[in-house]
Amino acid sequence: MSYTTVKEAGLVTADGRSLKSSLARAMFRKKVISIGLVLPLFAFIFFTFMLPIGDMLLRSVENDMVAEILPRSTEALEDWDETSGELPGEAAFEAMVLDLQEAKENRTNTKVGQRLNYERSGMSSLFRGSARKAQRIEEGPYKEKLIEADKDWANVATWQTIKMFSGPFTAGYFLSAIDAKPLPDGGIEFVDSQRAIYSKLFIRTVLLSTLITVLTLVLGFPVAYLIATQPARIGNLLIICVLLPFWTSLLVRTTSWIALLQQQGVLNDTFIFLGLISEDGRLAMIHNATGTVIAMTHILLPFMVLPLYSVMKTIPPSYMRAATSLGAHPWPAFWKVYFPNTVPGIGAGAILVFILAIGYYITPELVGGTDGTFISNRIAYNISVSLNWGLAAALGVILLGIVLAFYILYDKIVGIDNMKLG
Amino acid sequence: MKRFALTAAAAAMAAAAGGFAGNASADTELVIVSWGGAYSASQQNAYHDPYMKNNPEVSIVNDDSSSEAVAKLRAMNEAGNVTWDLVDVVAADAIRLCDEGLAKPIDHDAVLAPAPDGTPASEDFGDLIVSECFIPQIVYSTTWGYRHDMLDKEPTSVCDVFDLQNFPGKRSMEKNPINNMEWALICDGVDPANVYDVLGTREGVERALAKLDTIKDSVVWWTKGAQPPQLLADGEVVMASAYNGRLFAAIEEQKQPIKMLWDWQVFDLDGWIVPTGGDNEAEVMEYLKFATDTQRLADQAKYISYGPARKSSAPLVGDHAELGIPMGPHMPTDPENSKTTLLYNYEFWADNRDDIDERFQAWLLE
Repeated sequence: MSYTTVKEAGLVTADGRSLKSSLARAMFRKKVISIGLVLPLFAFIFFTFMLPIGDMLLRSVENDMVAEILPRSTEALEDWDETSGELPGEAAFEAMVLDLQEAKENRTNTKVGQRLNYERSGMSSLFRGSARKAQRIEEGPYKEKLIEADKDWANVATWQTIKMFSGPFTAGYFLSAIDAKPLPDGGIEFVDSQRAIYSKLFIRTVLLSTLITVLTLVLGFPVAYLIATQPARIGNLLIICVLLPFWTSLLVRTTSWIALLQQQGVLNDTFIFLGLISEDGRLAMIHNATGTVIAMTHILLPFMVLPLYSVMKTIPPSYMRAATSLGAHPWPAFWKVYFPNTVPGIGAGAILVFILAIGYYITPELVGGTDGTFISNRIAYNISVSLNWGLAAALGVILLGIVLAFYILYDKIVGIDNMKLG
Repeated sequence: MKRFALTAAAAAMAAAAGGFAGNASADTELVIVSWGGAYSASQQNAYHDPYMKNNPEVSIVNDDSSSEAVAKLRAMNEAGNVTWDLVDVVAADAIRLCDEGLAKPIDHDAVLAPAPDGTPASEDFGDLIVSECFIPQIVYSTTWGYRHDMLDKEPTSVCDVFDLQNFPGKRSMEKNPINNMEWALICDGVDPANVYDVLGTREGVERALAKLDTIKDSVVWWTKGAQPPQLLADGEVVMASAYNGRLFAAIEEQKQPIKMLWDWQVFDLDGWIVPTGGDNEAEVMEYLKFATDTQRLADQAKYISYGPARKSSAPLVGDHAELGIPMGPHMPTDPENSKTTLLYNYEFWADNRDDIDERFQAWLLE
């Protein structure tokens, strides 16, 4: 009997199948059951969370509106050299008049005007006004008549903007999100610092979030230590003290900070009563970055304390006793033995607080004033007020990128395996 | 595939929402969207309650989402599932919704009741119909309130806001360029008739910001309408720009030591739009006819100090329903209050808002 035949015959189970396929079948059945159990949740998350988010993020590059609403002009402008500094020819004007007439019928002229207004102010009224007038233009010369309808059509920059944003995809939103603008020749130009806001806000958001994370760690560590090392009765009481604010509405906590910190507030009144400051020297602790940091540190504190506590709870007190009994002073014993054991908790708490802080919206909006607001406040503005969803999506993608970058950095330095949430 | 994802998500949510809405006992449920607070309460008292009494088969559900109405309607429309029947929005939003095809054009004379003397609705509302989709309801204004007990001298002109010497203390302004830029230019010597021409230029924007710069360190910026009356009540600021109805509530209902400064109040309008794609069109039109007739608009003024948008309603404005004080003198349209007024320029802000806002936000960061 050769080796191959032995392998082919193999081991068989009672029903005559080969052991291997029988095993595979059993494993397969298990897999199907486990996938079946996870599937509803997965489908739920996919349809209500991932798909809409992906769809929203796509908007940061999507740009089919111009070509869809102005098809003839898009085509006519293809041959036009936008860097020549001259207006496009009669054909492009004719195409634009026809497009405008059709757009007016379909009530889409203001839509495309609004889209182009994000890139160049005045486009919105140009499209609203001249679509109405274009309906009365029946024959050429189209160029003359369209310019007569609105003199902005004689401006090369108007046509450059239309051509630049007639492609199916655009980098325009991302450029706006980093305070830049595309140029007709394909280059980009950074807007002057008088108009640059987003880069400043991104930097501020990251810096303040980092500061808040550090503060929650500094304040939370001793508290978690205390809770973990007290007898259960006192520990439970303390944990309630941590959880109680955690269960209170975010809005309530934010407003109570306003009452506490404002210039006519409780804290300032107390300082004056104690003679620490004079009536004219009331401290401005809210409606600025200070207010944002104080309120957010308080609000996010439980997210630091709880993971720290859950890790510290599992560190046997005998470690420290062993270290001191072997001759270490309390401080080196703590630093060399106890502290390294808490690193997974610090990691979990820090990453949780940082990611929550970087996307915070309502607290900075209410207490942030001018120098304590975050990038998310601008995203909200673009979603609900200016309706520039493309720009909001681009800002969101960048914010997501920053979070991922910090996550990778964290993984490189601390190692994500060291994270422990509970 | 284009908008597949949103459609799927919205369908899932609608199915969930439908599960709750299905139990309602009335035959028709109208979802009416408004601003919440005292404003929605005034509509409940003046329109909803009497209407439901007359039409027991209709039940009205309030939704307080008007501040995000444009964004939400756009999303609902893309998903092909409009769940709102009637929406209360400011005029600028109404124009925008109409432009985008998210609101239905209305034949005002066919849908709305004429005035008691037979004047057709379109004439009774007059110029306030700023868009073919818009049914005006009230005239409100953004104006100034001040703490008379905290200031040595009482301000008489909006330019006193920019005078830190004679009127020291913090002031609160809305964290957005609208209205602030206009006031700054007027107080910088620009003829009010030309404000928007000047503001339309780069130099004009810089000029307004330079004026605002003189008080920048003393400004607390607000973002929600409830904030300025609160800041005044707390004594955090000595003067604040605010909606006149909110100031009325603080002064007359909560008896705060605040007074009104009507100088260069900025008029704006608020009213109904009917979203396209809603289900209950016939019922909505019937409700609209009732809720915007002369008597009903005058009734709303019993509960809140916003002026009715119908000419024929003005003489019917009476006393406050609970306080019993005459409401006329508290209306922004009262001749005593409206000696100097500015009409919010919809077209200008539609074109320039994004651009000026960017510059304004950058200025705030400086």
